[in-house]
Amino acid sequence: MNKLPELIFNISKEGKVGYSFSPVPATFTDDMIALDGEYRRNDMEDFPQLSEVEVVRHYTQLAQLNHSVDSGFYPLGSCTMKYNPKVNDTVASLDELSCHPYAPISTVQGNLEIMKTLDEWLCKITGMGGFTLAPAAGAHGEFTGMKIIRKHLSDKGDPRKIVLIPDSAHGTNPASAHFSGYEIKEIPSNPDGILDVETLEKYLTPDVAALMMTNPNTLGIFEKNISKIAEKLHANGSLLYMDGANMNAFMGIVKPGDLGVDVLHLNLHKTFSTPHGGGGPGSGPVGVAAHLVQHLPVPVITKTNDGYHAAYFNKGIGRVKNFYGNFLVMVRALAYIMALGKENIRKVAEDAVLNANYIRKNLEDVLNLQYSSKTLHEVVFSDKGLNVKTLDIAKRLLDFGIHPFTVYFPLIVHGAMMIEPTETESRETLDEFISVMRAILKEAQEDPEKLTSAPHNTPVRRLDEVLAARQLVLRWKKTEEK
Amino acid sequence: MKYFPLTDSDREEIRKLLGIKETSELFSDIPGDKSYYPTDDLPSAVPENELIDGFKAIARRNTFPGYKSFLGGGAYNHFTPEVVKYLSTKGEFLTPYTPYQPEVSQGSLQAMFEYQTMMTMLTGMDVSNASLYDGGTAAAEGVLLALRKARKKNTILIAKNLHPEYIEIIETYMRDLVEYKSKYVDFDPKTGTINPDELEKIVCDDCAGFIFQSPNFLGVAENSKRISEILHAKNAFSIQTITEAMSLPFMTAPGENGVDIVVGEAQSFGLPLGYGGPYLGFMAVKEDFIRQMPGRLVGETRDIDGKRGYVLTLSTREQHIKREKATSNICSNEAWCALRAGMYLATMGKAGLRQISKTNHLNAAYFVKEVSTFKHVGVKYIRNFFNEVVLEVKNMSIDEFTGKLEKKGILAGIPLKWFFKELESAVLINFTELHKKEDIDCLIRAIGELQ
Repeated sequence: MNKLPELIFNISKEGKVGYSFSPVPATFTDDMIALDGEYRRNDMEDFPQLSEVEVVRHYTQLAQLNHSVDSGFYPLGSCTMKYNPKVNDTVASLDELSCHPYAPISTVQGNLEIMKTLDEWLCKITGMGGFTLAPAAGAHGEFTGMKIIRKHLSDKGDPRKIVLIPDSAHGTNPASAHFSGYEIKEIPSNPDGILDVETLEKYLTPDVAALMMTNPNTLGIFEKNISKIAEKLHANGSLLYMDGANMNAFMGIVKPGDLGVDVLHLNLHKTFSTPHGGGGPGSGPVGVAAHLVQHLPVPVITKTNDGYHAAYFNKGIGRVKNFYGNFLVMVRALAYIMALGKENIRKVAEDAVLNANYIRKNLEDVLNLQYSSKTLHEVVFSDKGLNVKTLDIAKRLLDFGIHPFTVYFPLIVHGAMMIEPTETESRETLDEFISVMRAILKEAQEDPEKLTSAPHNTPVRRLDEVLAARQLVLRWKKTEEK
Repeated sequence: MKYFPLTDSDREEIRKLLGIKETSELFSDIPGDKSYYPTDDLPSAVPENELIDGFKAIARRNTFPGYKSFLGGGAYNHFTPEVVKYLSTKGEFLTPYTPYQPEVSQGSLQAMFEYQTMMTMLTGMDVSNASLYDGGTAAAEGVLLALRKARKKNTILIAKNLHPEYIEIIETYMRDLVEYKSKYVDFDPKTGTINPDELEKIVCDDCAGFIFQSPNFLGVAENSKRISEILHAKNAFSIQTITEAMSLPFMTAPGENGVDIVVGEAQSFGLPLGYGGPYLGFMAVKEDFIRQMPGRLVGETRDIDGKRGYVLTLSTREQHIKREKATSNICSNEAWCALRAGMYLATMGKAGLRQISKTNHLNAAYFVKEVSTFKHVGVKYIRNFFNEVVLEVKNMSIDEFTGKLEKKGILAGIPLKWFFKELESAVLINFTELHKKEDIDCLIRAIGELQ
């Protein structure tokens, strides 16, 4: 289907109605309106008016233009695009869970139990001392975690100035640390793609507050010096923050808390299978070592003999999010952990890593691997030595109904192709991907134009992003009507 | 386990290909004792049927659904048409990532462009972003936006009748950015609103802007026009927060009042109460703020054949390009919630939104009129509310009042003493279109019985 649906504003027509709701009671007359004229709105010019069937067709046609996990392979590196179990959506839509966040605590014990249970189980999986479920996304978790570190250090007398971040880090890490009031110093990784202790020592001055480390890092490589790094940091009075975006690689294998991690965040919309919704809602719980629990943001769910409560710590960092966080996302994550159970948590990591290594093994003879260290959940190839660019391969993949890998990230790999298959892909799917990739690479040599002009079969072809940024059109306007 | 498509023989063959005997060999770089399963103390796997039963059992421990609730304060129970639920939960909308490959994401991108447009229409502003986490974090981002834009001015004025949780979040966001200062502006307890003359005296040369809420946390409309004029006279920005987006179709658009930055919560547009999340933070601004704005923006462009299409644009503001110099650290936001809000707005349309928002107001107005004859309680601000009112209780403590109504199956409102010392004996009561006349009569009768 190659026809793009019209914008709703262009199919709107005065007088069409798409809703049905009880009328205002006849006795509620306009003279009861208690709003002075100056505050009252006169019109909603150009606001859409559609019939129900038009709304349904419009959005159904739009849906058909999207690639999604439900429709096909989505090996977008570092995003852990695993299958989102449908039963999780079913339980999250139970009407009885959809309570008002200011309902008396005695009337929402079920919801508090869900949050407390998730908190406890995340502690068991990660070995941390306590969690806050408040952050709305990974970056929000990073921000919360850095605030906790700053609060801890400030309470000891000096918040310090610098946060160290490896050069392979995701852009949210430096941004989150910056918004927590820190200066960023970037540390280079070694030729194996990881941070070594000697390099860290060179950067470890007395004003270093923390190191933010993604583990496994964005090359899909485990930071095997992590325990020694933690020791060095702690000896310097600094803390270790672990970005757990890639927790899928070793969930159930070892606990970050046992490796010396002080603060970490998880992405429920990655590791714990909650749907990403085309860019959120996510949920980025933050786990902390026992001595930092007092600094968690409000509210913290507690349990006593007479039930569950929402507690407010006065040594905490305050509030980072309205109410309790993205509760319905938490419900899905808890359902996922329950469905897996202790028997299968480790299998998630095992199959994810098997699949990534299967792809690596089957493509390493045709693609450059800049870092040859052991691959965990994702493998990062480079476009070095090819006569086409990473972007061209990515765009050509679209023609085969496969979502491309993450492109040009991490920055330390030339023309990076970051491939993360996850554990929820069959060997048949991987085989198809591998053969498509090999065919594309062959095509690159025989008919490179096929790639540089790709995609050919998608609803729209390569889009002009420069034009979009130069001539900003960020909303429909009536004057643009045909 | 149904979530793992690999069979044991697949695993065996992959291991053989990789030249390993045990899968655990792949994890040999990971330190620590791996002879034990770190997850041994979790419960065993639960089959799907038992999982559903289990959650139903937990859900039954919530007694909230058995009450008639009049709780609002930033989370509102509105009607959502069935088509919105049906369309928004399609896997094609629910299961993609951020649209990094626009050629196969035109569905999400066009829907977002339409959402942005409808939000600008409702707010009367030039540009809307594609979402922020929620109202409170949107307020904090709005404050930081004003400070960035104002450059050398470092003080933000905060209205004390702004949602108390939003204030807490702004405080958290500003605390460690040591160059910035905040100052509070009191409201007049007699009117429940900011007194513009008082504000005029407080706006200083170092003030980057003033953040206030309208309708404010006490339910009353602020004079945003006058407030904006005062701020502009001192070269400061006017930042209006809206926690009840349903007020927009009924009340003057912030853009018409000269507001520079509008931030708030759009949960009212088709998202369930959901015990507080996920909700939908929004931000709409005047054109000259675009390049300092946080969050994703969808823009229109052309493909190489000249066909219309949509992409994420102005990413040079964002963390993946600018890293620590980005306008915000936000990456994943609430895209699906915005998409759903767009569906809600398209379905309700102009007529639906006008009817629903008017019903909200008239339901509240009916309550105010009916309780005006009572001596033991009184509505504190009897004009210029939208759908929330403050009820003062004169003959008993507020805990006794809410407790007695709770026994009658009514959650009458939010005790304002949680947030304001000066409103010790008052509750904030919310009315939406989902309250039938009988429900409001029931509340009025129950309050009447407490004389």
